Amino acid sequence: MKAFIPIPNGGPISRADIPHLPFDTFRTQALDIVKNGGKVVQFFAYEDGGTLKFLMVLRTHELMAAGCDAPETYPSLTSECEPFHLFEREIAEQYGIRPQGHPWLKMVRYHKHIRNKPDVFNNDYTQDIPGNYDYYQVAGDDIHEVAVGPVHAGVIEPGHFRFNCIGERVLHLEIQLGYQHRGVETLLQQVTPKRLPILTENMAGDTTIGHGLCMAQAVEALASVAVDDGAKIIRTIALELERLANHIGDLGALCMDVAFLPPANYFGRIRGDFLNLSLLLCGNRFGKGLVRPGGVRFDLNDEVRQTLNDRIVELKPQVEHVLDLIFSASTVRARFEGCGQVSTEDAGHLGLVGPAGRASGLSYDVRRWFPTEWYGYLKVPENPKPSGDVYARALVRRDEVLQSLEMIQSLIDRPVTTRVASGQMPTLPPDSLSVTLNEAWRGEVSHALLTDDTGNILRYKVKDPSFHNWNGLAMALRDTGISDFPLNNKSFNLSYCGFDL
Amino acid sequence: MLSVLKNRFEQGYRTCNYPKEKPAVFPRYRGRPDINKDADPSVIQACADACPQDAIDVEKKRIDMGRCVFCGTCERISEKTFVSFTNDFEISAANRSDLMTDGTLPDLARHAKQHFKKLFGRSLQLRQVSAGGCNACEADLNVLATPFFDLARFGINFVASPRHADAIVVTGPVSRNMKTALLQTYEAVPEPRVVIAVGSCTITGGPFYGSPEIASGLESILPVDLFIPGCPPHPLTNLHGLLRFFK
Repeated sequence: MKAFIPIPNGGPISRADIPHLPFDTFRTQALDIVKNGGKVVQFFAYEDGGTLKFLMVLRTHELMAAGCDAPETYPSLTSECEPFHLFEREIAEQYGIRPQGHPWLKMVRYHKHIRNKPDVFNNDYTQDIPGNYDYYQVAGDDIHEVAVGPVHAGVIEPGHFRFNCIGERVLHLEIQLGYQHRGVETLLQQVTPKRLPILTENMAGDTTIGHGLCMAQAVEALASVAVDDGAKIIRTIALELERLANHIGDLGALCMDVAFLPPANYFGRIRGDFLNLSLLLCGNRFGKGLVRPGGVRFDLNDEVRQTLNDRIVELKPQVEHVLDLIFSASTVRARFEGCGQVSTEDAGHLGLVGPAGRASGLSYDVRRWFPTEWYGYLKVPENPKPSGDVYARALVRRDEVLQSLEMIQSLIDRPVTTRVASGQMPTLPPDSLSVTLNEAWRGEVSHALLTDDTGNILRYKVKDPSFHNWNGLAMALRDTGISDFPLNNKSFNLSYCGFDL
Repeated sequence: MLSVLKNRFEQGYRTCNYPKEKPAVFPRYRGRPDINKDADPSVIQACADACPQDAIDVEKKRIDMGRCVFCGTCERISEKTFVSFTNDFEISAANRSDLMTDGTLPDLARHAKQHFKKLFGRSLQLRQVSAGGCNACEADLNVLATPFFDLARFGINFVASPRHADAIVVTGPVSRNMKTALLQTYEAVPEPRVVIAVGSCTITGGPFYGSPEIASGLESILPVDLFIPGCPPHPLTNLHGLLRFFK
């Protein structure tokens, strides 16, 4: 019997080689793999010559893929196995396919689907607020609801949070996103190739390098474009700089939320110093413009390398001292420890990835499991912390900050030469597929690029780590004081735009 | 306690002296483009063809900084014979048309609405609305509160409620799902109110231009008083825009 087959991370695959299973076999095998510890990397629908199809990528110790024809309705996989839940909702919204028996069939981003079929959610998209959905409600005398957003009090992205509370205690938090939806996946399939890098860099600006790498690797794999070692090293440095800036910013923000202001301000400033190192490298604080198919558009000449090294040497002790300040403060520990716990079991069911997953004991890290760029030559330590609380999520970041500094220092201690990429988009071969994964600072980013029989993009599927992790935040808030929401929210610090696309 | 004090001494004084002195930015930073009007027309055409944002007007030899994401493609293709990006981060404008630049920009302070200076010159409260986009503009507005920029020393703050605000600072291409919330926030700001558009998404849709899920520029929805271009604008660009427009 044909089954899911192993695929490489970022390899060119002929679409004909992906097993096209009968739906029932597809469903049974997928359930079997995930129930036995496999995780869902991608599960999406696409149209191919008038036929609607599914493609699924799973991971165990290896990546594997299979596809099938998509039925108009089908018995939901989620009803038997939770990790499919958001993927099935997304497919229902994008293509109007109904998963029967889905326990929580709710829109994901509030947008019209692309086929001429009735909307699964009975929404009217000609309305400014198309939502037709009753939030979960808890009944009872002392129950009250708190609604927050989409416009929040701070300088942050929009989203809606609905708390059902008894007194100060949160019984249930429901998160509704979609306000940032810009139609990115549809655009990727329609625009001229020259816009592809710009679009991928702007899916989530704080993960510019993560998404940019996924796109570049997919295109390089399909078009057989070789990337020289220097470019791989520069890309690795850029991804680690992105991790550093964000982790340091998050640790500062966590201190702000427990009113420990000195490290909040120091890390606020030091985060900027790391953003400036991305600017040093490529002229943009978020790394926009650096990664292109074929390599990088800016080299790491000796002058830049020396400046980078000098700055890291200067910043490293400052970072270490501020970390000491945070983690030796008993007041910080008192607030972090035991707050917003997500058990390893729950994290597994939800499919948490990245630091949020590692803080709940799931050691998965793309840099170790499916290394790209220069990670195969680097020692990336495992960072699992079993306690699953805010403290664990802070500890993972602390460890990763120190590790990233080491990694960058080890990469810039000798000259790095690369031929600067032209930025020209190569032509893609027909009927091919490439799936790419990278460990961005929030966790596993994955892109899947499918071409049609003329080599045009048939489907471009994007998955930001936040797609997995938002439900982790909702779970962390269960039975937690509502005043601890900001702290928990910062400890996950998820992307709205990366989710909304 | 001792370690708090020790750290405080190590950190020292970090606030920049802008606008008295311009802080140095690393040389690869791409700010205001210098444009050579005498460049080879075929080179200009090649730049326009390669520009992912279609931001180059071949006839007028201008770049629309409202569309541009400062990726540097034109600089590279023309080998700096047509465009070279300078380190000048002071690129905000009071009129949309000023952003279609031949390499020069009018003085922002002279073009700003003078009554705003009188009203808000000493105290300016801003309400930020994130409406689509990628969160980079928000991030580089947020850093204005860090010690290096220290926005509050100019009497400018981001506030939590539109009722407390004098102006809204909009980022993102105004996604369909955020339009109502944006308009409601705008309505909640007491008059006279100022609208500030930050980033190429907000000004023209930026990288997402052409998508049916977004507006084609904030101006199609609200009257915009100040345009701060970039993808995202450098924090110093934001700071310059706010100071020159209101002070």
